[in-house]
Amino acid sequence: MTLESWLASAIADAEKRGLPELKTMLEALAKSTAVLRQASRS
Amino acid sequence: MTIEEFGRRLRARETTSAAATDECLARIDADNAKLNAFILVMADEARRQARALDTELSAGRDRGPLHGVPVSIKDLLDVRGTATTAASKVRAGHVAGRDAAAIAHLRQAGVVIVGKTNLHEFAFGTTNEDSAYGPARNPHDPSRSPGGSSGGSAASVASGMALATIGTDTGGSIRIPAAACGIVGLKPTIGEVSTDGVIPLSQTFDHVGPLTQSVADACLVYHALLGDHAAALPAPLPLSGLRIAVLRKYFCDVLDDEVRARFEEAIARFRSAGVHVDEIDIHGAEEISPVYLHIQLADASTYHAATLDSTPDLYTRPVRLRLEMGRYILAEDYVRALQGRERLQRMTDAALAQHDALLLPALPIPAPPIGATTVDVSGKPEPVRAMMLRLTQLFNVTGHPAIAIPMGSTDAGLPCSAQLVGCRMQTDALLRVALACEGIIHP
Repeated sequence: MTLESWLASAIADAEKRGLPELKTMLEALAKSTAVLRQASRS
Repeated sequence: MTIEEFGRRLRARETTSAAATDECLARIDADNAKLNAFILVMADEARRQARALDTELSAGRDRGPLHGVPVSIKDLLDVRGTATTAASKVRAGHVAGRDAAAIAHLRQAGVVIVGKTNLHEFAFGTTNEDSAYGPARNPHDPSRSPGGSSGGSAASVASGMALATIGTDTGGSIRIPAAACGIVGLKPTIGEVSTDGVIPLSQTFDHVGPLTQSVADACLVYHALLGDHAAALPAPLPLSGLRIAVLRKYFCDVLDDEVRARFEEAIARFRSAGVHVDEIDIHGAEEISPVYLHIQLADASTYHAATLDSTPDLYTRPVRLRLEMGRYILAEDYVRALQGRERLQRMTDAALAQHDALLLPALPIPAPPIGATTVDVSGKPEPVRAMMLRLTQLFNVTGHPAIAIPMGSTDAGLPCSAQLVGCRMQTDALLRVALACEGIIHP
């Protein structure tokens, strides 16, 4: 799953569950995941 | 008063456990309303324990260095007959049926438990602000955080409410509050001290260990936690021939100016004392936070899954949100983090291969104001949570033993702290280094 599609579905699910504050936290997590994926490739 | 000093006075018949316990309870009476360090004060039981231990000693039974020592316990560990609240409403109605394994060892060593201390809810935070019992406060400046998650524990020792305390450390939760409050905090090697009877935050990264007023006291409590309650203090390693590696890249990139100044002064003292000091980097340090986050969040969300569904509103909002975030981590990223953990373990082992210990600050900033979300570091705002975890979490990921030692203070009187890190499964060797270096780090 690409990071972009993961983030979009996670934000949509959080909003559906009444947790809109998670959006900025999930965006920060996505940046961290990008570093993790880059490190695992190198 | 340190445990060592108390022990000398106790055996010289200059004091008693009952007197020391009364002194701690008086300090709690005087200061707990201001510091909010304790969730539960066990005054009557503590006085009974102290009198019984004094009677034992008079009868010739000496349990060892912790005989009669008043201690506090982070309210994340089970103490039989008391609630383990984890500073959360989620735990309402709980009563522990038995002691955590570490507490059982401490009782055999003869400690007196004066009470259970405040913490960041479920140990999931570094400032102690999110607690169902309100924030604990820093004895050096009550408008500031004592660090976390073992914030009440650190405040209790720094203010004389206990001679030692037991905390837990998943990303720095012993070393961060020790640093913020100006005391010693030891995270042993992963797995050494049992976590049985401790509410988990991350079963991959959780550690149990002591916070004390000196390295010698940390040695004594650490051995008691292992069940070795008659152990004598190890000899400090000789300074000549000691090899220390200062971690630079990443670890010294973002430091408060006064913390940096205290750290550079300490390095200069090491060199003046004849210690061999190298400066090194750990390859892949940018991976530390992502690896930590993906494992810790997934672990925490797994433990809390049932109560997140059944009673979500009983959590403080910030802790609930962080727990919910962990539920979105993909299995493939969790596995990548486990692989990253192995890389970081190898890199840290390699850094230690030619050295007795690694040296770095424990906390890049002084204790932050309660309520602050960012702090100014060299003119740039930095997020408090990331700053608090930045220099400690690597050694939870890798499992290496690490100890925070006071390193002077800022002009405003806020403590600064250095961290020494040793080889895995060699906590005693690290403690021998720390015993030798304590007077250099904090002259």
